[in-house]
Amino acid sequence: MFGKILIANRGEIALRIQRACREMGIKTVVVHSEADAEAKYVKLADESVCIGPAPSSASYLNVPAIISAAEVTDAEAIHPGYGFLSENADFAERVNQSGFVFIGPRADTIRLMGDKVSAKNAMKKAGVPVVPGVDSALPEDPKEIIKIGREIGYPVIIKAAGGGGGRGMRVVHTEAALLNAVNTTRAEAQAAFNNPMIYMEKFLERPRHVEVQVIADKYKNALFLGDRDCSMQRRHQKIIEEAPAPLLNPRARARTAERCAEACRKIGYEGAGTFEFLYEGGEFYFIEMNTRLQVEHPVTEMITGLDLVQMQIRIAAGEKLALRQRDVELTGHSIECRINAEDPYKFTPSPGRITSLHMPGGPGIRVDSHAYNGYMVPPNYDSLIGKIIAYGDTRAQAIARLSIALSETVIEGIKTNIPLHQDLLRDAAFLRGGTSIHYLEEKLAKLVKAE
Amino acid sequence: MDLRKVKTLIDLVQQSDITELEITEGEERVRISRGGLVAHQHVAAPMVYPNMLASTQEMLAQPAPAAVPEVPPEPQGHVLKSPMVGTFYRSSAPGGKSFVDVGQTVKADETVCIIEAMKLLNEIEAGVEGVIKKILVENGQPVEYGQPLMVIG
Repeated sequence: MFGKILIANRGEIALRIQRACREMGIKTVVVHSEADAEAKYVKLADESVCIGPAPSSASYLNVPAIISAAEVTDAEAIHPGYGFLSENADFAERVNQSGFVFIGPRADTIRLMGDKVSAKNAMKKAGVPVVPGVDSALPEDPKEIIKIGREIGYPVIIKAAGGGGGRGMRVVHTEAALLNAVNTTRAEAQAAFNNPMIYMEKFLERPRHVEVQVIADKYKNALFLGDRDCSMQRRHQKIIEEAPAPLLNPRARARTAERCAEACRKIGYEGAGTFEFLYEGGEFYFIEMNTRLQVEHPVTEMITGLDLVQMQIRIAAGEKLALRQRDVELTGHSIECRINAEDPYKFTPSPGRITSLHMPGGPGIRVDSHAYNGYMVPPNYDSLIGKIIAYGDTRAQAIARLSIALSETVIEGIKTNIPLHQDLLRDAAFLRGGTSIHYLEEKLAKLVKAE
Repeated sequence: MDLRKVKTLIDLVQQSDITELEITEGEERVRISRGGLVAHQHVAAPMVYPNMLASTQEMLAQPAPAAVPEVPPEPQGHVLKSPMVGTFYRSSAPGGKSFVDVGQTVKADETVCIIEAMKLLNEIEAGVEGVIKKILVENGQPVEYGQPLMVIG
């Protein structure tokens, strides 16, 4: 087992990793920017190293500085957390080349999953259901195009290969409109991206975001640890997550989870990972895999009773998974609210000093936050200041406990999105469960109109 | 353990370069340690054996060490801070001549030290023209970003 781990991250996840290390008797080295010198976990670390000024590019994304910090402190392994360099294959490679263990999958696995097309193809080969479509360029021949449209089934979406971020896309609902749409999109793609290559996929109109947590050791043992629903999103940012995902087709759920574990074995996945799907009409459609720990991992920990960070560390240290699939039991329901330092309805960031902090407690309440009374939330990073997680025997109980916890929470001096969370926990559609990824934005749009 | 033995041990310590001596004989233990860098050398010997205590205390009583030397005021000047994480070295090679010493005049673009990071040796320039007033870190010491290295006035 490692004697010393360097935590290459900040905020609540740095504290989370530190807690896991401390429990295991592993010394922690925390690297931080100048802006985070007063962070709680920096003060609690066995050693801390300032690696750069506030901007992430000069600090948390500064590979030489991080590796240098590991060298001068004689760390044995590096935990990258989430975001920053956690899915950077080059970083993983350099960590290994410099003689440290990267707590995560191998660099070539990270690379494979980082390329969304190769990831999809790898998943297809492994038997994981993907969004139906053609991942090579659409041919010129109109007859071929019509044929592909029929194969996929309407509605379809035409995407520019060189596009992304919602640009260079067009939805087509009927065959009659297909050829025109293809020609227009092709011309737009050429004009906007200087690349006329386009491809076609099935368009899912009201999908939910459902993801499967997996964990695998270096000996091809892999487990699935249930799923999560993260459909409550705004601009692709998750706000509320829950485990297990409610109202799923049980056969599709079981089949998909097993395929994910099998895919891990096939590609030799090592560590914790999440397969993300769009779920619609009782079917799962793979969109991408995250080769790291996720922000919302606590809800899975609550319903499985497992410590995913400790499992990551053990796997990286070469231990075999201590569990078999039949040992994994999912009990109860858990929901997490991401607490952001922002205006609850305008979403403008609200950095600054927290003048009064009181976090909730009681049965079934877990708080993962690095904030403390008087803490200065820096403006240089994302606005997540903590997560409030509730566990209940039922979804209804988890929601009730979470509402009560939010009503007890005091964070003054900055704005937070707690009012939005309280609103959502009373929302009829949320209470029923199974809202789509568009739900929150539609609800917010209605609020704006109502003003 | 008799007094003569203890006195012999004390003489031994005083006359040699030994800084600390501990001897255990059965259930008895004597520790004799030489004091720090002060004007008056004195020897303290906590005795385990109570019978000896009064007389040995007399024998060992020494005047208090000299007053703590005055701490000189911090030098004024530009503080050169480390631009990176790494290991600080005063010369370009182990055992080699230091780039600069205290009291030396330097130009702004003159190399004053090396910070080694990931097997690369980075030359660090003074940044200002002046005299090296103080060097704040030891040769071979790990340094972090922003750590003060030298005062140049």
